[in-house]
Amino acid sequence: MGKIIEVEHLVKKFGDLVAVDDVSFGVEEGEIFGFLGPNGAGKTTTINILCTLMRPTSGRALLNGFDVVRQQNQIRHSIGVVFQDPSLDIVLTGVQNLYIHAYAYGVPASVRKQRIEEVLRLVGLWDVRNKTVREYSGGMRRRLEIARGFLHFPKVLFLDEPSLGLDPQTRYAIWDYLLNARKREGITMFLTTHYMDEATVADRIAIIDYGKIVALDTPEALKRMVGGDIITLKTGNVDVAIAEIHDRFGIDAQRDSEGVFFEVPNGEQFIPLLVNNFKTEIHSLSLRRPTLDDVFLKLTGHEIRDEAGGDTAMRRQWAMRTARSRGGGMSH
Amino acid sequence: MRELRGLYIIWYRDLLRFWRNKGRLLSSFIMPLLFLVIFGSGIASSMTGLTGGGVNFNYIEFMFPGIIGMVVLMAAIMSGVSIVWDREFGFLKEVMVAPMSRTTVAIGRTLGGATIATIQGVLMLVFIPFVHISVSIGQVLLILPLMFIMAFALTAMGILIASRIKSMETFQVIMQLLLFPMIFISPAMFPTEFLPSWLNAAVKINPVSYAIDSLRQALTTPPPGMPGFGMSLFGHPMSIVEDIAVVALFALIMVSLAVWSFGRQE
Repeated sequence: MGKIIEVEHLVKKFGDLVAVDDVSFGVEEGEIFGFLGPNGAGKTTTINILCTLMRPTSGRALLNGFDVVRQQNQIRHSIGVVFQDPSLDIVLTGVQNLYIHAYAYGVPASVRKQRIEEVLRLVGLWDVRNKTVREYSGGMRRRLEIARGFLHFPKVLFLDEPSLGLDPQTRYAIWDYLLNARKREGITMFLTTHYMDEATVADRIAIIDYGKIVALDTPEALKRMVGGDIITLKTGNVDVAIAEIHDRFGIDAQRDSEGVFFEVPNGEQFIPLLVNNFKTEIHSLSLRRPTLDDVFLKLTGHEIRDEAGGDTAMRRQWAMRTARSRGGGMSH
Repeated sequence: MRELRGLYIIWYRDLLRFWRNKGRLLSSFIMPLLFLVIFGSGIASSMTGLTGGGVNFNYIEFMFPGIIGMVVLMAAIMSGVSIVWDREFGFLKEVMVAPMSRTTVAIGRTLGGATIATIQGVLMLVFIPFVHISVSIGQVLLILPLMFIMAFALTAMGILIASRIKSMETFQVIMQLLLFPMIFISPAMFPTEFLPSWLNAAVKINPVSYAIDSLRQALTTPPPGMPGFGMSLFGHPMSIVEDIAVVALFALIMVSLAVWSFGRQE
């Protein structure tokens, strides 16, 4: 399988602000590729460039072999987009929204009806298909947008924060649909998110911060960068426990609100050694794998959700949003 | 083929929205009804008083084509600028990544708006029994293309404006500054030949004047001995064909500008 998206030295500036800063990566056909980073990191800007809504300041991007600047029509034919912000016609019904989309993308008349029914059933909206979208809840609208995104079986489906504002239950349901659809249709998915658990569905993840890719690998490999497993131990006597761990294993454990925690390369093998002959009383013991949160923190030095604290990040995000809505240098 | 498909679906969506929004349809009757019944009767009766009934001038008959023109104008411009709403609700993005050119989108919207405005204009014909004029089938068929060309030009103008403005506030202001002058600085409500010359000049610059004059020529015959019933340019009374030519030229300019402007944004 070859590369379906190739991005080389992509740069997008809004005035002084460098939203995307010399980014290069490739996406394999059939892969789920994730962009993980805080708001304002340049995720949506990258997607907007790839789906022909914006022109890059410099650099090159190919999708399905087509150039995003010079072959916009071919690109638009190859993609489906689930935007971060709502993009439905709320005056029309669910089925009408899908009909218009199917027609515009040239889904043949013979399969149009059947395909629409299929995707509506898939996202659980068949029963409300003739209701006006205005009457839909936020989760239903999102599901309709996702159904619309893969209605025409695009080569690449862009999902910009697909589960933003959704409750966990709906989020899992949607991913269930998406993973099923991928299995059946072999759609490549390009996902942006700032939810760590959502990012783990990706085959490979690019961690992006301040417009730059700081790491790109499989979720497992990224987690291995942190070092090991995290063991948390609850005890009545924290100081004695810390001392004992230090004496027996040479590990400097730290205290937190829950008790004592420390990092070891292989938690499963370590726990029996620890419990065997441990003098201090143990109330409970837990083993935690490193999460992408830990990875992000290690790579960037700040937490991904550290938005309120990150004043520059906020300003950056705001500047990009206004630049976008003003249509900063878009194309035809 | 792909562009034709796009053109059709953009047009179809406009009509679908129009059909689903029956409230808008109903409310589009209220204003013309008020104008005809209250404004029209009021002016008509005071005119009879002023002229002493000497001239056989039926004001309601004069005003009726103007009302149709007003309805078409409002529906068309509103339809054009509704792109602002599409941007506000995000649907415009879905259109922008769809596999069709910006030109197709702009022209599809123009055709959709023009169709809707024409339908609304046709619906005004239900008032014919109330204004006591006789209109033949031939006259109705004649005003269809007249309304469509006018609506096409004004929808395109709406799109041109919508692609230039970004905020809803600006949109409101522009509507106020545009809609009412275009209607009232035209022969829609009164003969314009007796206006002060500066105002009369404005009437002649306003392309809507010629559209309304064409509708009036198609629907009514000027009473004998009634000068200034129709439009004239440099002392030359405009024929219906000349009126159409002016409106068509206006339409061509507007749609070109709309396509250009819409293509440049975002």
